[in-house]
Amino acid sequence: MAENRYELNKNLAQMLKGGVIMDVTSPEQAEIAEAAGACAVMALEKIPADIRAAGGVARMSDPKMIREIQQAVSIPVMAKCRIGHFAEAQILQAIEIDFIDESEVLSPADDKYHIDKTGFLVPFVCGARDLGEALRRISEGASMIRTKGEPGTGDVVQAVRHMRAMQAEIRRIGSMAEDELFDTARQLQVPVALVRYVHEHKKLPVVNFAAGGVATPADAALMMQLGAEGVFVGSGIFKSGNPAKRAAAIVKAVTNFNDAKLLAELSEDLGEAMVGINEQEIELLMAERGKS
Amino acid sequence: MNIAVLALQGAFIEHERMLSALGVTATELRRKSDLKTPFDGLIIPGGESTVQGKLLRELELLDPIRRRIENGLPVFGTCAGLLLLAKAIRNDNRSYLATMDIVAVRNAYGRQLGSFYHEGSFRGLGRLPMTFIRAPYIDSVSDGVEILAECGGKIVAARQGNQLVTAFHPELNRDLSVHAYFADMVRAHQAVRC
Repeated sequence: MAENRYELNKNLAQMLKGGVIMDVTSPEQAEIAEAAGACAVMALEKIPADIRAAGGVARMSDPKMIREIQQAVSIPVMAKCRIGHFAEAQILQAIEIDFIDESEVLSPADDKYHIDKTGFLVPFVCGARDLGEALRRISEGASMIRTKGEPGTGDVVQAVRHMRAMQAEIRRIGSMAEDELFDTARQLQVPVALVRYVHEHKKLPVVNFAAGGVATPADAALMMQLGAEGVFVGSGIFKSGNPAKRAAAIVKAVTNFNDAKLLAELSEDLGEAMVGINEQEIELLMAERGKS
Repeated sequence: MNIAVLALQGAFIEHERMLSALGVTATELRRKSDLKTPFDGLIIPGGESTVQGKLLRELELLDPIRRRIENGLPVFGTCAGLLLLAKAIRNDNRSYLATMDIVAVRNAYGRQLGSFYHEGSFRGLGRLPMTFIRAPYIDSVSDGVEILAECGGKIVAARQGNQLVTAFHPELNRDLSVHAYFADMVRAHQAVRC
């Protein structure tokens, strides 16, 4: 039965592919996101850029606010809990959230253990910087992976770095001899079955999205061409000059990520992009949270 | 035989894999210029109907595809595809291709906690694995629509002429029989045309 639930949860992630998941902080923003073509929304009190600016401890959002967003839209609604905070995850499951993001954007609640996600009925998505991290999260029960990137910066460099690292390791494992897989599993600290899956299928056993720093249609197309199966856009939309237009353009860019002529049209006249900050300028690297 | 798979959003690659396992060529339909490549049938995959419907409209694919379906192009819609083909959606005022005389209910089993796996019988194909993900069902059908499968008293698969819909996702399981059934529909349509 639990096995079956995990399959259903991985299946939901498959349905999100080729889509854009947008951060929203109110029912109004959720409606704008749905109308712009979001395949799901991430309900949170503050977008990462504001979490970064505010400092302090960032926690799960108010369930009332999440419920209002669930009522406002018909697409799947996701919400974040802190790394290792299984009680927050239990609360999110109790309000029938469609997906839980065990997220480094919030302050980690446990600096050693992630949530045992196999004990939950609802699916989890987790961030990863490389293949080892992705497979460790999957072995804990994650149904979907996203790059960590560097949230709230509008700087795509780290999402690119993480996606390239993952794809390079997948290629490397794909070309290994069978008897080399055991040592790789030991190095990555993951079950050999997961390494064998990557070896045979040349991909992760779950859907893999890009996240963290995507701000323009070109950013989205870049991540898709690097092998992402869809894109999360956090601060990039509602921190920009014309959220509805930018959101719709990013949705189309994800569908036709190889059509440069269309991408040129989509990139026109979008108003001001989020200002963004460089990774050298930020004091807190969220991607460094929860690596083990 | 070449079957196009609408590749705007959702689980289109899964359908392409099923077709390839059957030895059928699949092409992706992402933009208007893709319509120039001839195809004999069309699959509309699972995903979010709001996203696919909006992109169909804005990429100027909605009207040309509707015309082709009205002219007899065999089409197979799963989950979101069913919603896009339905004449009406009971709990949603949006409609899209609206070529099939069925009334659907969206997210009919609730949120992800309501997603389920079931093995049930499909007319002519016997018992099949059926995976329902935030699935719709068919509330009512008009005359001329053949009911192919039911689950818990709700209609979950139907056919009207050259249009086939399932509320579940045959592309997520290994059983190829629903895709083979659709390929037969396409073959029969080709034979009539020749």
